[in-house]
Amino acid sequence: MKRRNFLKACVIGGATITLGKTNKGWAAGSFEGYPDAMGVLVDTTRCIGCRSCEAACNKEQQLAPPAESFEDKSVFQEERRPDSTHYTVVNEFEKKEPQGPVYRKVQCNHCNEPACLTSCFVNAYTKTKEGAVIYNSKVCVGCRNCMIACPFNVPGYSYESVTNPVVKKCILCYDTRLKVGKPPACVEICPQEALTFGHRADLVKLAHERIRMNPESYYDHVYGEKELGGTSWLYLSRTSFDKIGFDTTMGNEPIISNVKEFLGMVPMVLSIWPALFSGIHLLSKGKHDEQGEHHDTTQEDR
Amino acid sequence: MPSYKPLILSALILSVTASFPMAASCLSAPDTIILNQGGKLFQPFEFNHAKHIQTIKECADCHHHTTGTLPPNPKCAKCHANSSPTSVVSCKGCHSATPFSPETLSEKSNAKERYHMDKMGLKGAMHQSCISCHQKLSAGPTGCQECHERSAAGKALYYTGKVADKSSKKHH
Repeated sequence: MKRRNFLKACVIGGATITLGKTNKGWAAGSFEGYPDAMGVLVDTTRCIGCRSCEAACNKEQQLAPPAESFEDKSVFQEERRPDSTHYTVVNEFEKKEPQGPVYRKVQCNHCNEPACLTSCFVNAYTKTKEGAVIYNSKVCVGCRNCMIACPFNVPGYSYESVTNPVVKKCILCYDTRLKVGKPPACVEICPQEALTFGHRADLVKLAHERIRMNPESYYDHVYGEKELGGTSWLYLSRTSFDKIGFDTTMGNEPIISNVKEFLGMVPMVLSIWPALFSGIHLLSKGKHDEQGEHHDTTQEDR
Repeated sequence: MPSYKPLILSALILSVTASFPMAASCLSAPDTIILNQGGKLFQPFEFNHAKHIQTIKECADCHHHTTGTLPPNPKCAKCHANSSPTSVVSCKGCHSATPFSPETLSEKSNAKERYHMDKMGLKGAMHQSCISCHQKLSAGPTGCQECHERSAAGKALYYTGKVADKSSKKHH
């Protein structure tokens, strides 16, 4: 009887924890970004592939010198991704199109509901009210969960650091610029104003207005407006986004919505399951012993 | 001698007007303009305004509705069909040099009635105007250093020089 009571308590306790956590999970999944969050609209129809943004980022974030100069166009031969010494890279697409190639800048998109933040078990990541997704490298333990979690393959890892390798990525120039209202270094240097800095809400309107006024120049979609719950960086393109390196299969649900039920279960599993299954094991062991004896006798009968 | 001066002047003006009838309203336009005057990464350079007037002939191609004939674009003509030339026609008179500063952004968000919410900054307007036209006509410079040379600070930022030398050796 005592054992039965213990099991009851386990089930009730587990259910309470699960429900509590699930509710919290739901609340986090409906966050649509801070009202005053800033953002950047990338108009890929304006970009000329000069790589000035890469150069400005390198200086502002005090990154290691590049292997080639920033005026070297041979880097466009292969598609690059951001890493620990390049927080932003420009890639070339549609190389053989008569109207010329399309250049697309890649960096952290600063999601409204960042998967990196969700995946980080030391809480190194923060989504600031200005819209930036920043991280505290002092608490980063280098587990690289965020690199796996990020749907855009953005965070890089300082493999070159032997003593203290940490995750590195674009922080929207939060420390040096965004915090005091200044645009990120890449936006400021862009000669073509392919990058427009402003309140995210205004940029969404602006992007749709550009499409409305010049429907012949744009594909009718603003990438990042709704993708994965929305991102601070938004993109415009002349062609469908899958042709210029975007993943268009991700849907509009933030990553956390896919994992919140599982994550809600984790505390329950860790605290209740060991006791619960020990109980079940003990119970079944008792029964098994009885059955075992019975089994043995039947075999003997044969 | 002094009595001839007005004569010579008027003859000059007449000849200019005769050779560029379309540009009659641009008479006070400067022949050359020093662009990129506050440039830190690229050096200032001389823009040959006279040559552009001669080849394009249409002021409104660059100056929108502020001078020359009215804009041919039907979208602009909706409002600017009867616009008179404005007192300020220079690019920097309308396009802000700091389009993303907190001041410009708050001014923009306070101007609820404004139509041109997507007005470009000075640097963006100049580069887009120049490069897109040069590409369209397949004439004129489209590369960075064809117009303005990098300054020492610019060379350092782009890692040209030392790094570039190394990479060119690698290719050989």
